[in-house]
Amino acid sequence: MLAWKIGGDQGEGIDSTGDVLAIVANRMGYYVYGYKHFSSRIKGGHTNYKVRIATTRVEATTRRTDILVALNQETIDRNAHELDGGLLLADSAFNPVLPASAKAHLLTLPLTEIAKGIGSAMMRNMVAVGASAALLQLPIAPFVEYVAAKFEKKGEAIVEANRKAVEMGYQRIVDEYAALLTYKLGEPMPGDRLVISGNDAIALGAIAGGCRLMCGYPITPATEIMESLAKWFPLVGGAVVQMEDELGSMTAVIGAGFAGARAMTATSGPGISLMQEAIGLASVTEIPAVIVDTQRGGPSTGMPTKQEQSDLLALLNGGHGDTLRVVLTPGSVEESFEDAVEAFNLAEQFQTPVIIATDLSLSLWQQSVERSKLKGPTQPIRHGVTFSREELLTLGEGVFQRYQITADGISPRSLPGEINGQYLATGVEHGPSGKVSEDPINRTQMMNKRLLKLQAIHQVREGFKYEGPEEPELILVGIGSTVGILREAAAHLEAKVGVAWFRTLSPFPTERVQSVLAVAQHILVVEQNALGQIRQLMTVHGVADARFDSFLKYDGVPFLPEEVVARAKPLLNLLEVY
Amino acid sequence: MATLQDFRTNEKAWWCPGCGDFGVLAAMQKALVAVGANPATTAIVAGIGCSGKIGNYINSYNLHVPHGRALPAALGIKLANRDLMVLVAGGDGDGYAIGMGHFMHSLRRNANITYVVMDNHVYGLTKGQTSPTSEEGFQTKTSPQGSIERPIHPLMLAVSAGATFVAQGFSSWQPQLASLIQKGIEHPGFSLINVISPCVTYNKVNTYDWYKKNLQNLDEDSTYQPTNRARALARLHESDEMVTGLIYQEESTPYEALIPGFRETPLVHQDLNVDQATWDKILSTLE
Ligand SMILES: Cc1ncc(C[n+]2csc(CCOP(=O)(O)OP(=O)(O)O)c2C)c(N)n1
Ligand code: SF4
Ligand SMILES: [Mg+2]
Repeated sequence: MLAWKIGGDQGEGIDSTGDVLAIVANRMGYYVYGYKHFSSRIKGGHTNYKVRIATTRVEATTRRTDILVALNQETIDRNAHELDGGLLLADSAFNPVLPASAKAHLLTLPLTEIAKGIGSAMMRNMVAVGASAALLQLPIAPFVEYVAAKFEKKGEAIVEANRKAVEMGYQRIVDEYAALLTYKLGEPMPGDRLVISGNDAIALGAIAGGCRLMCGYPITPATEIMESLAKWFPLVGGAVVQMEDELGSMTAVIGAGFAGARAMTATSGPGISLMQEAIGLASVTEIPAVIVDTQRGGPSTGMPTKQEQSDLLALLNGGHGDTLRVVLTPGSVEESFEDAVEAFNLAEQFQTPVIIATDLSLSLWQQSVERSKLKGPTQPIRHGVTFSREELLTLGEGVFQRYQITADGISPRSLPGEINGQYLATGVEHGPSGKVSEDPINRTQMMNKRLLKLQAIHQVREGFKYEGPEEPELILVGIGSTVGILREAAAHLEAKVGVAWFRTLSPFPTERVQSVLAVAQHILVVEQNALGQIRQLMTVHGVADARFDSFLKYDGVPFLPEEVVARAKPLLNLLEVY
Repeated sequence: MATLQDFRTNEKAWWCPGCGDFGVLAAMQKALVAVGANPATTAIVAGIGCSGKIGNYINSYNLHVPHGRALPAALGIKLANRDLMVLVAGGDGDGYAIGMGHFMHSLRRNANITYVVMDNHVYGLTKGQTSPTSEEGFQTKTSPQGSIERPIHPLMLAVSAGATFVAQGFSSWQPQLASLIQKGIEHPGFSLINVISPCVTYNKVNTYDWYKKNLQNLDEDSTYQPTNRARALARLHESDEMVTGLIYQEESTPYEALIPGFRETPLVHQDLNVDQATWDKILSTLE
C-alpha cells in the first residue's frame, strides 16, 4: 500500500490530476482511495489530493505520504512532515526548498519547462502524472492509453502532446533517479471496479430505486448528487429542479410523493435546518419523501468544506412536535448505494420521510467499488399498500378513509387520478378520513399510529452491523465515513477488536445494539462532533453503560486510523492488567 | 361530466358569514365544472390562513401544507403526474409575505398551475394583523398607529417577473371571477388570479362597498388588450391595481414540456425499472 499526494493552488488542476492517477491505478486492478483537502474558495489557496493505492480494499486516508508531488513551495511546507523517508518530487521552476526537519528525498524535475517545450505550460500536470507513474514503478502504457482516450475529442495534436508529456515525465525519472525507485505496490487484484464517491453512489441508487424527481438547492457537499442526476435523469425520463431554496425543495418533494412519484432532495446542515417544518408535514400527512443530508461542519455556515457528523440530533428531533423519522446511516460507498435504493422503498412502504445521513468524507471521497455492487436493473421496487383503481371503484364514493386505523399503523393510500380516492392530506391533525379533528381521543390514536408504525422497520432491515471476533475485548462504534477508518484501525490493533456501526439511527435499533455489544468488555464510540451525539442517543435508549468511552473530534479533519489505534490501545492494555 | 355538486364536500364552510372566501370557493367550483374537470384528476394545494381552509370544501385530491409553501408542493404534484389539473389557493400573507420567494420563482418557472390568491389585505386567521397588501396607514393590532410600509403590488410584480397569465377578480363579481379562473386553468402555464376577497371581520377599510366604488372592470373597456406587457404595467400603475379582468396573457409552453428527456407519460405511470443498456450507459460516465 502506497500513499501518493499532489499539492498546489486551487484552480491548478490538482483534482483532475489526482483523478487520472486514481482511475488508471484502479483500472490496473489496484484499490484506490482519494482524499482531497480543499477550502471554500474557487481559485487560490492550498489544495492537495492524496491517493492511496493498494492491493486490498482501502476506505480511509492515512497520516503517512510516500510520494509527494509539489507544484509550489507551500505544498512542501504544509505536507513534507508526512514524508517519513519518502520521495518529494518538486517542480524546479519554483526552486524548491526542503525544510530542515523533513525526512525525505528531494527530486526535482523542470515540470513546467518540459511542458512548455511540448507546447504549453498547461501540460505540467501530465508531466507530473508520468513522473508519478515512474516513482510508483507502474507501467506507463495504461496512463498513455487513458490520456489518449481522455483527450480524443480535442484532436490528434492534443492527444499527442499529452502523451508526450506523460512519457517525458516518466522517462526523466527513470533516467535521473533510478537509484530512488524502490517502491513496489505488489501484484494488483484484477476486477471490474469503478472509482466513485458516496454522492455518485446515492445518485445511482436513487435511479435504481425508482426516483425520478430531484428538487434541490446547491450546497457543499451535496451538490454532486443533483449534478449527477441532472446528467442521468434524461436517460430515464426523470427531472431535476433547481429550486429557489430548501423550503421549496422539501415541499416539492412532498407534493410529488403525495401524487405517487418517487422524489428526493439532497442538502447539508443549513438546508436541513430550513427543511424541518416541511419534514414535519411529511410525517403527519404520512407522505413518502427521501432526504439526503451530507453533513459538514456546523452550526450555521460552519465549515462548509470540512468533515463533521453533528446533524444527527437535528435529523431525529429537529422539527417541532412529536415525530419519529427514519434515519439511515450508510457506512460505506456501497451502503450509500444500498440505502439510496432502500430509502425509496421504506418511504413508500411506511409512508414516511426517510433521511439518509452521510457526511462530507463519505459523500465526496472516491474509492474503488466493485461494479457488481452497483446493480441497477434488478432492484426490488416496493410501493407499499395502495388501493388499486378496481378496489376504489368497488369501495364506492365517499367511503375511502385515507388514515384508517390499522393493526400495523399503515393505512392504504390512494393516488391522485383515481376515482373515489379523493381526500385531504393536511398538516393539521385529522381523523381517519383526513378531515381536520381536534378530538382528544382521535389525536392520541393518530399520534400513536404514526409513532408505532415505524418500529416494524427493524423487521426489514438490520439497524446495527458488526464485523469482528466473536468475543471482542473492544468494539469500536461509529457511523458514516468513520466506519472505514475503524475497520483499518481494528486491523492494526492485533487484539480482539470488532467494529460496529449504525445502519438505522432512527427508529433506534435498541435490541440489536444490546445483543451486539453484550459480549464486549469495552466500547469506544468514535464520532465526529463535539457533543457526542451518538453516545447521547445510546444513553437515552439505555444501551450505554460503564464499559463505554468516547473518542470525539470536531476540528473538521477526518479521524486517521492511526489516531484511533492510539486512542484504543490504552483501553486494551488496561484490560490486560486486570 | 362533473357537476357543482361533485366538487362539494359534506363539510360546512367555517368562514365568518359574509367572508369573501365563500365567493372564491363558489367561483372555483364553477370554473372546475366549466372546464370539464374531474374531482379524481384534480389536485388542490392550499396554504395556511382562513383562505387555506378552502381545500376542505372542494372534493378533489387536497394537500394542505405549511404557511407559504403551497406553490412548491403544487410543482411537485404537477411533475409527478402531469395529467392532473393542479390548482393552488391561499391568502395574501401566505403568497406575498412568507411565500414570496416561491411566488416569484413560480412565475418565471411557468409550470402549468393555476394560482388563486384570496387577497383581503389583512391576516385573517391570526385575528387581524397587517399584511403585505395592506395600505399605508392601515391600523391593526401590530400597527396600531397605522402601517408605515408601502403595500406590495402583486400584479405588477407578476407581470414584471415574466408571468404568462395575470388576472384579478372580485369575489362579489361571480361570472367574471369564474371565467378568469377557467381561463387560468385553460392557460398552458402558470396563471395568477389575484382575487379581492374582503374580510368582514378584520378589515373595515377595504369593504365590499369600498371596492365596488373603486374597482374598474377591464371587461367594460373595449380598448384594453391584455397582450402587451408594458401596457399591462402602465394600466396597473395608473389604477393602483384597482382593476378586474384579464390583465396579461401570452402564448406559453409550460415548464414540464421543456425539461430535457421528461416524458409525456406521467412519472407515476412509468415503469421504474432501469434496463441494462441504460444502466451501462449511466455507469460508463463514471469509468
Ligand atoms: C410558519 C408559520 N408562521 C406563522 C403562522 C401563523 N399564521 C397562520 S395564518 C397566518 C397569516 C394568514 O394571513 P393570510 O395568508 O393573508 O390568510 P387569511 O387568513 O387572511 O386568509 C399566520 C401568520 C403559521 N401558521 N406558520
Ligand atoms: S376572519 Fe376575515 S378572512 Fe377570516 S373567515 Fe372571517 S371574514 Fe373571512
Ligand atoms: Mg389575508
